[in-house]
Amino acid sequence: MQLLEGEKEQILASVDEVLKNSSKLREDLIPTLQKVQAKLGYLPALAMEKIAEGLNVPAADVYGLVTFYNQFRLNPPGKHQVKVCLGTACYMVGGDITLESFERRMEIREGETSLDRLYSLERVACVGCCTMAPVVVVDEEVEGKVTPTRVDGIMLALQDEEKKSVTEQEPNQGRGEDS
Amino acid sequence: MSEYVTVKIDGQEIKAKPGEKLLWVALDNDIYIPHLCGIRSEERSNASCRLCFVEIEGIPRPVTSCTKTVEDGMVVITRSERVDRLVKTAFELILSDHNLKCRECPANRNCVLQVIAKKRKIKLRHDRFKPIAREYELDDSPAGFAFDRSRCVLCGQCIWADREEAKVGAIGFTKRGINRVVTTFKDLPLAESICTQCMLCVEACPVGALFYKKKEPHTATADKS
Repeated sequence: MQLLEGEKEQILASVDEVLKNSSKLREDLIPTLQKVQAKLGYLPALAMEKIAEGLNVPAADVYGLVTFYNQFRLNPPGKHQVKVCLGTACYMVGGDITLESFERRMEIREGETSLDRLYSLERVACVGCCTMAPVVVVDEEVEGKVTPTRVDGIMLALQDEEKKSVTEQEPNQGRGEDS
Repeated sequence: MSEYVTVKIDGQEIKAKPGEKLLWVALDNDIYIPHLCGIRSEERSNASCRLCFVEIEGIPRPVTSCTKTVEDGMVVITRSERVDRLVKTAFELILSDHNLKCRECPANRNCVLQVIAKKRKIKLRHDRFKPIAREYELDDSPAGFAFDRSRCVLCGQCIWADREEAKVGAIGFTKRGINRVVTTFKDLPLAESICTQCMLCVEACPVGALFYKKKEPHTATADKS
């Protein structure tokens, strides 16, 4: 994932701040990663490298730990986060097909974020409303009985919303450049 | 503490150094116990391969010999119905995710899996667990060796060599469960990582996952001309 403008400085500053208050022991690795993720929303490779350096552990170990635990994410959260439930009920009625439809429409794989950082796709295990299976959570909104056709509908709605927000912003940006 | 302890393994009286692990004592005395992940100099073994089970008198269930320290008067049996069953299951699970094209493998006839299969009379090909046929990309980026993950048994010997012998820290375990693999930071090819290509990991690999590339016939003479 390409870093945004100014993101590098932000990452370095966040890691520095967390490491400053750390005892810099190997057992501090998980709390350190948690704190950095709380600041940045995810763990970019640069942050992992700096943390490995700071705690004096191989970067390969940090990477191994981050890929082991589900709570750590390697990709930034998208502007719109889609979570597809693959709990028992949702899985039985084809939650995996729903996930696949999203993967195709977003052109990313599960756990990834689109290059423009608009969409991120995750799988979760049970949202707690199995009667509505297969369930998808779109930005905190719960959607039930999500068939591939409904996936197209959800994506269209999100894209529409994006178009609107872009047209609303553009006049402001134009004025900004003129002055 | 006395100078040595006496243990009885398969009826054979053996004098062993106190503090030694049962697995190494048995192997030193030509008593075979299958094993993949055990590392002698490691303080506590991972005990993750589940192949070195033995029965010890007074302990209700079979135990992994790589984690059991020898004690005076210990009576050990290396084979029993229960041990054989545990070892067979563990071995078949390892093989269900192992590329069994032995004839194409550089470690053919020099492979620990083949030794275990022969000694314990377990077939390499079995139909109890459905094999997982996965696509792995061959990493042949280093100059002298290559890494084929389809043959990796996740014993961790290469990681130990990388950390404790070479002191580099280029490779480690990543991901979880059935997706676990040995890889570099960011899954980079070895040549692009901090790997120094010392090849100690190739020496450590008990199977054909890390292997030396065959020398091309040209080199020396061709370079001079």
